[in-house]
Amino acid sequence: MRFRKKQRLMLVMVAILLLGGATALVLTALDDTIAFFVSPSKLQAMEIDEGKRLRIGGLVVDGSVEQQTDGSVRFALSDVNHEVGVTYAGVLPDLFREGQGIVAQGYMRRDGVFVADEVLAKHDENYMPRELADELKEQGYWKHAGDGDEPVAKTGEVVK
Amino acid sequence: MIAELGHLALVLAFVLALVQASLPMIGASRRDPFLMSTGSTAAIGQFVFISLAFAALIHGYVVSDFSIENVFLNSHSTKPLLYKISGAWGNHEGSLVLWVLILALFGAAVAVFGRNLPAPFKARTLAVQGIIGLGFLAFMLLTSNPFIRLDPAPLDGRGLNPILQDPGLAMHPPMLYLGYVGFSTTFSFAMAALIEGRVDATWARWARPWTLAAWISLTFGIALGSWWAYYELGWGGWWFWDPVENASFMPWLAGTALLHSAIVVEKRETLKSWTILLAILTFSLSLLGTFLVRSGVLTSVHAFATDPERGVFILALLVVAIGGSLALYSWRAPSMQGGGLFAPISRESALLLNNLLLATATATVLLGTLYPLFLDALAGPKISVGPPFFNATFVPLMVPLLVAVPIGSMLAWKRGDLRGVVARLSAAGLAAVLVAVLCSLYIDWTGTAAALGFALAAWLVAGSLNDLAFRIGLFRIGFARSLERLAGLPGSAWGVIVAHAGLGILVAGITASSAGQSERILTMKAGDETDIAGYTVRFEGVTNADGPNYEARRGTFVASLDGEVVARLHSEKRFFPVEGRPTTEAGIDTTLWRDLYFVLGDEAGPGLFTVRLYHNPLVIWIWGGTVIMGLGGFCSLVDRRFRIGVPRMAQSHAVAAGARA
Repeated sequence: MRFRKKQRLMLVMVAILLLGGATALVLTALDDTIAFFVSPSKLQAMEIDEGKRLRIGGLVVDGSVEQQTDGSVRFALSDVNHEVGVTYAGVLPDLFREGQGIVAQGYMRRDGVFVADEVLAKHDENYMPRELADELKEQGYWKHAGDGDEPVAKTGEVVK
Repeated sequence: MIAELGHLALVLAFVLALVQASLPMIGASRRDPFLMSTGSTAAIGQFVFISLAFAALIHGYVVSDFSIENVFLNSHSTKPLLYKISGAWGNHEGSLVLWVLILALFGAAVAVFGRNLPAPFKARTLAVQGIIGLGFLAFMLLTSNPFIRLDPAPLDGRGLNPILQDPGLAMHPPMLYLGYVGFSTTFSFAMAALIEGRVDATWARWARPWTLAAWISLTFGIALGSWWAYYELGWGGWWFWDPVENASFMPWLAGTALLHSAIVVEKRETLKSWTILLAILTFSLSLLGTFLVRSGVLTSVHAFATDPERGVFILALLVVAIGGSLALYSWRAPSMQGGGLFAPISRESALLLNNLLLATATATVLLGTLYPLFLDALAGPKISVGPPFFNATFVPLMVPLLVAVPIGSMLAWKRGDLRGVVARLSAAGLAAVLVAVLCSLYIDWTGTAAALGFALAAWLVAGSLNDLAFRIGLFRIGFARSLERLAGLPGSAWGVIVAHAGLGILVAGITASSAGQSERILTMKAGDETDIAGYTVRFEGVTNADGPNYEARRGTFVASLDGEVVARLHSEKRFFPVEGRPTTEAGIDTTLWRDLYFVLGDEAGPGLFTVRLYHNPLVIWIWGGTVIMGLGGFCSLVDRRFRIGVPRMAQSHAVAAGARA
């Protein structure tokens, strides 16, 4: 029986060691790698910490999309109150269009332009990123009582 | 009329599920042969009726009966036939019909192929299967009826999300569900064993083929999904650590652990309660995946249900299933007897290490997937946990596991000889070092991490070959006798060798495609040339290429190496007028060594297009390796011991258990 206990003790110790290691990994990773979601308005109020990963959500401002000759694209994101300029080197997702709600992930450059390395405009033409929908609700610009998948007002209609 | 028959069939299936969930359970405790046999009849009947309902739904799609709301919302008369059919499960209600169809299929399979199971055990297994079916059929009938009619019937449908109109995706959900739902069988076996309070080698042997079948299907299902994401989304990547991907990956990780721990139960009758717990957790993770994907908690192409009522219903199902099974476990598991002892260096310990690492990895993926949802639910900050998190946690946990794989599979049971095994693996070790050195010298993008990745891959593949050579006694006994042994090698041995070699190939593919990917984004007009990874790429311009239900612009690229044309690639931007949505078709040229992956972007000026060019080395190895892993599973599945002489419960065991109870 002593042997059985010893075996169990070793097992528990290995398991604790592993879980401890995994916890340490998770904590350091969470600290470095998660991206916080901010709205353009909050971004205005924030201090720019270059290199800090952020996700910003907003509606693509009508007429702001410019394809650059180096293959990158510039556009502005707005949450009605504020706008932020975004530059993105890459091919935009199929559902990206003016007036549509999208989420961009990347970091703020010192000159106040957001450098995106990922632009998300998934689902369908009525899709509104959940974070953005909540943000607009918070600011009182949300007209639809339903959930994030229902058709929402376009930028032009939101500003009354 | 047919739709109403389909609805009726679902109701009848529900009634049969009710019978299946109750009578056999009562019969098993009263030892009443008739009541116990109702389980098989009800399971087969349930499968027949759900098949009828499924056929009725498919019929609605094929004939484009737009008076059925589900068909109206997800189909269109101009859609090609294949996508009319696959559209049936490309939506919330239809995918649920497929879910319960596969659940019933597994129930019926247990009823038909489980002839060697003792009647009470089989009855209880089928009853648990019936309870799961009951929950999901109730969910469907109460909140997600696929046969609701519209009056008047619309003239035409709304169409199917165009990125879902793809042959790979037609196959992905059925395959994935076979895996997800297949684990329900192992779960039911575990529940039945808990009720009877007895788990032994025979139990592990009964459960093993079902676990293997589910695991193989899930492996193929995930591979199909990732392959689809690679060629259809046009992002040049194949795995994004998206919550929806994680939802299918977590049951896979837990299921892989389960496969390995069940071996220990079968061979050594130990780790029993842990194996039962894994069986519960694996299916719970499948249910959690269904909840995450179907409840609208996550927004993605998969999130069909956004009706909060449905989310609450699935959540309730989840709580009852997971809570109930864990409660039963905590009540019954302590009474299970521990099995054989083993030394710290032994096959048992190696498999245990495999389990601990896989379980920990599953936990980190679970945490990364649920953490943002929890924070959001608690009105905390909105965060996103992306690939960097998973790479930083998952990879360090997998590396020791991969290092241990060849050693563990060669260790002896009970007490292993580590030094002897390492000596036997010296050829594999040499191969790993050689590969690392050669890659560092000759492949310019190989850094330390990539060299280590390739070394690991070589270690796994060569380790498998090494294992094979040792098993057949190559170079130790005569060549002819080695061949004889090779022919006589059991399926399960082949399974280990093939699956672990496949894992090595997968690791090589992952390493190369993540470390060696080259990417260029630029604007090009017809006649422009550029280069990527040594290839010269000429853009030939854009032509119109309309399809059956879409309009398209097709960009043509010519890739050449040292002045010789190696590939002409076409990338399309398609627009689907019915659905009002565009899609991108990447132009891909695949060889064994690399993919050229070109994407046509938006028009930046007259005749000037943004293009995105990728060179992905060894990317096909990822799916090749995965398929080989699945084939390894097949080798194990056809092992003779599951078919011939599957032992009846040994008399002594039954007596011993009776004495204990």
